[in-house]
Amino acid sequence: MGAVVFAVEAVVPHTNSGFPVLAAMIALPLLGALVLALIPSSRPELHRLVAIVTSVSTGALALWVLYNFRTEDPGFQFVVSHTWVATLDIKFYLGVDGISLFLLVLTGILFPIALFAAEPDQNEKGYYVWITLLEAGCMGVFAALDLFLFFLMFELTIVPLYFLIGQWGHGRRVYAATKFFLFTMLGSAFMLVAIVSLAVLAHAGEGGGTSFDLLKVAASTSVSRNTARWVFLGFAVAFAVKTPIVPFHTWLPDAHTEAPTAGSIDLAGVLLKLGTYGFMRYGLYLFPEASVFFAPVFLTLATIGIIYGAVVAAMQRNLKRLVAYSSVSHMGFAVLGLFALTTLGLEGSVLVMINHGIITGALFILLGFLYKRRHTYDIDKLRGLQSVAPWFAGVFTLVMMASIGLPGLNGFVGEFLVLLGTFVSHRWWAVVSAVGVIIAAVYLLWAYQRVFHGEPDEDNKTFPDLHLTEKLVMVPLIGLIVFLGIYPKPVLERVEPSVKLLLAHVEAFAPGFHVANTQDGEKLQPVPGADDSSSPGQEQGSQEPETQEQGEGR
Amino acid sequence: MSGLVSSLVPSSILAADAPARIATPEVAWRALLPIIILLVGGIVMLTIASLVRKRPTARWYAPYTVVVAVAAGLSAVPLWARVQGWDSLLWWDLPASPRGPFSTVAGAVGVDGFGLFAAGVICAAVVLGALLADGWLRREGLNGAEFYALLLIAGSGGVIMAMADDFIVLFLGLETLSIAVYVLSAMHLRRVQSQESGLKYFVLGAFSSAFLLYGIAFVYGATGTTNFIGIRNYFGPPIKSATGVITGGNIPVHGGLLVVGLALVLVGFGFKVAAVPFHSWSPDVYDGAPTPAVAFMAGAVKVAAFAAVIRVFVLTFPNFVTDWRPIVEFLAVASLLAGAVLAIVQTNIKRMLAYSSISHAGFILMAVAAASADGTSAVLFYLAAYTFMVAGSFGVVSLVSGRGDNRTSLADYRGQSRSNPGLSLTLTIFLLAQAGVPFTTGFFAKFYAVAAAVGSKLTWLAIVAMVSAVIAAFLYLRVIIAMYLRETDEPATGRIPVRFGAKLALGLCLVVTIGVGILPSVFLNPAREAIPYLVEPPAPTPPPGPAPTTDPLTGATIPKAQTTSTTADPLSGGAGG
Repeated sequence: MGAVVFAVEAVVPHTNSGFPVLAAMIALPLLGALVLALIPSSRPELHRLVAIVTSVSTGALALWVLYNFRTEDPGFQFVVSHTWVATLDIKFYLGVDGISLFLLVLTGILFPIALFAAEPDQNEKGYYVWITLLEAGCMGVFAALDLFLFFLMFELTIVPLYFLIGQWGHGRRVYAATKFFLFTMLGSAFMLVAIVSLAVLAHAGEGGGTSFDLLKVAASTSVSRNTARWVFLGFAVAFAVKTPIVPFHTWLPDAHTEAPTAGSIDLAGVLLKLGTYGFMRYGLYLFPEASVFFAPVFLTLATIGIIYGAVVAAMQRNLKRLVAYSSVSHMGFAVLGLFALTTLGLEGSVLVMINHGIITGALFILLGFLYKRRHTYDIDKLRGLQSVAPWFAGVFTLVMMASIGLPGLNGFVGEFLVLLGTFVSHRWWAVVSAVGVIIAAVYLLWAYQRVFHGEPDEDNKTFPDLHLTEKLVMVPLIGLIVFLGIYPKPVLERVEPSVKLLLAHVEAFAPGFHVANTQDGEKLQPVPGADDSSSPGQEQGSQEPETQEQGEGR
Repeated sequence: MSGLVSSLVPSSILAADAPARIATPEVAWRALLPIIILLVGGIVMLTIASLVRKRPTARWYAPYTVVVAVAAGLSAVPLWARVQGWDSLLWWDLPASPRGPFSTVAGAVGVDGFGLFAAGVICAAVVLGALLADGWLRREGLNGAEFYALLLIAGSGGVIMAMADDFIVLFLGLETLSIAVYVLSAMHLRRVQSQESGLKYFVLGAFSSAFLLYGIAFVYGATGTTNFIGIRNYFGPPIKSATGVITGGNIPVHGGLLVVGLALVLVGFGFKVAAVPFHSWSPDVYDGAPTPAVAFMAGAVKVAAFAAVIRVFVLTFPNFVTDWRPIVEFLAVASLLAGAVLAIVQTNIKRMLAYSSISHAGFILMAVAAASADGTSAVLFYLAAYTFMVAGSFGVVSLVSGRGDNRTSLADYRGQSRSNPGLSLTLTIFLLAQAGVPFTTGFFAKFYAVAAAVGSKLTWLAIVAMVSAVIAAFLYLRVIIAMYLRETDEPATGRIPVRFGAKLALGLCLVVTIGVGILPSVFLNPAREAIPYLVEPPAPTPPPGPAPTTDPLTGATIPKAQTTSTTADPLSGGAGG
């Protein structure tokens, strides 16, 4: 696994190659949006073409980054840095490490798929402009290494989604869009004050001045412990709304339900990760002490979210709402693993983010296909689809099983690692949260049974099965679901160095905190391969007594 | 010019053998050029329009106004170059000796970066107002020179306020600005609301002017001078003059007189910037007044009034910051919250924008309360950004409201995205900018204001401000929803014709709002360099030799080193960077 760097400051950001690929990944969608805006509305086919070309090439850049990523380098790579506002040390500063790498790739993959999977019913031009802008914003959030740039991009994602939901959504779309906008804005309001406070108080700039440079601010020690906790809460509100963590989640079911298919895919697949990613990069990294201090709170909220989301999902009559609440539950796992503050937990958390993006994206695509045929998401109106649409049922089953967490599919790996990592440091939270996995099986299987089993009635008899293009759209996602389920190593070996570095940073800056790993935590290979996916568990189990002592010692 | 200047250099008052002459203060005419151009431009226009029997064709009014305002703005550029100590301006090499900020007319007018920046913004507001007025006046059948002349005169009043270094001059500027704006509000002859708003504005404005005067009298009573420099020196460190007289170093034993004076002055300014609880005129006036006039005054009056607030409070009374800051904080919180909350319940877009402008005033007051160099530059950035945003917003409103200026209810915006996609998009951008969405100037304006507040340990105020921004965001969303997301209704209006002037104005506002939103340094760097100074006027004794009037701009002879030493600017600590 290479030499793990303990001296946190020793990690030098790396540029990998001369080409500023991360900047290109933001600039390309922006450029695409501009081109789209300039094409007259009378050429809808051109709009679709430009949007697809833009997002496919952005995705290709993301894959290029993945390919050229230096696996064992825990620091930031592909770094781009340009001064923007010199007086405040605001920079156009981008970089990618193991944690953000796969979120960038996920963004790059899901956006083209969302475009292929769904078409707008009206006003193509606006639709594609907003989607490409949204992609730029998401890329920017994951790549930003400057607090100010991050906030800017974080905010930039709100407006496009507002319009996507409000203009192309279903039913109570205006209500849902406005609710989404105001909730997120409220979170951001606190975050802006927190960011500015931090930038001013950290004295990380030249001569103790203001600086928004993430690395400089993280290395600063001039913020007092109490202040840091308050500032952390400012960030936490924004991320808790975005993730969403119960009780800040109420915008999500509305937004999900009323959003158009592509909006739902991007919202669930990418945008929710802004919250958990934010917790990791801007919570843990900037406020190690405060994160450790507040970890029990967030663990508890995450556990409540897991159970609550799953229970509420079981009660839903609307399939989209069901998936929305299941997102609350799954994102709870991501938060749980994050605040477990163990290597396994953090790795699991990253994996959950990626897997949830893929699975929920796939589910929303399938629901989009369903809506196109039946114009309803109502479970009561659907019946017996298995016999009339076997392909649809088959694909749905696979994705659903992944969501439930069937071993061998990708949903399992992340949640397993999260539970494992949490068990090491916070045993009871893990035990309670594990119930969520069981309830997930309940609500999904029950919904499946009601929708797909039985005899189709009059309305459902003519349900057409998936046609070729629809199948093709599903191929990459199904492939990823299976591949990452069987062989998550390529992901884990890239995530792990960065996660370890992050935890080393937390240890260095949070007095009295030690990562509750297994005794020889550094040698542990928490990479469940194809056939030995249970081996870390055994290893973990054997180490349990010691780790438990550590956990209680804190 | 140099001959004129040298003839105006006053003789010594102390010279006993000289025949009795009235000592006129030295006037650096070039430093007053922005004011003079605007004022003379307005008067010339009125004169020509009233003397020529066959009135000049209507189409020349707006271009003339634009040219005058641009000239006034450009005349500030050499001054700016001198104040900032530039070595050269384009291809002109500037003289090395008289550089830095200075004051003229016996210290009654200060020429510093701050005043010049504000002057530039006011000139921009005049340009935008004139461009928007062109189409509006023709639509309403009101075309005449008066509107434009009043715009120019109001602009000159605003510039006087921004550059005033004396309470009397400040008051002169305020009245010049205000009276012109009262008349502008009542300009719509055929609309009773316009008459009403003009009267209301006049009565309440006169009332607030009385408060201001009363406050000035109190301050005069406490300090014995109306001059900012005099007041600053009065409370500044004691200075022993060559004749052995010690001036300054005074500490008010019973500060009541002064504090009451300051409070009354603040009330007067509070009326002008429409800060809660002195805001009640603004929704009625914004609703009733001609929309292009609102587009002008929402920006320009705020710029002038806030410039005055900074000059008086932050610059002249920095020692009394603990006295006035709580009041400003209260005004800021009240304006932020009341403005945002009351805006939501409005159904008339002009009233909505009036309340939102109250909320914006709260943001600017927050930056004032910071009382720091960052705060001052945040105020300037906010004002510059706001002038363009609000002019753009009201510009679109003036187009949509149609003949008679009556279609201003929210319902009139339903479905505009289909009948007028361009206008809708434009208004959307301005509204999003006002909401503080990234890549617009509005975002950076709010950001710098928050940064200034946090820098001065006013984090609680920053949180209040951001929460109110979220509340206010809902109001902008309501308009956007009406335009875009209500698909079921028939569009409220058909296609709206847009004249070239309005197109140009909206285009300018768009370019600034988005362009500066991407490259904030374009406004931020000047705003940071625009530091307010109080500079002693040059000593009245003329040097024995030939008058050193080599300076192309003024007859001032202060060398730079002396200038900086005498300024003792309270903000200069962090201002250099």
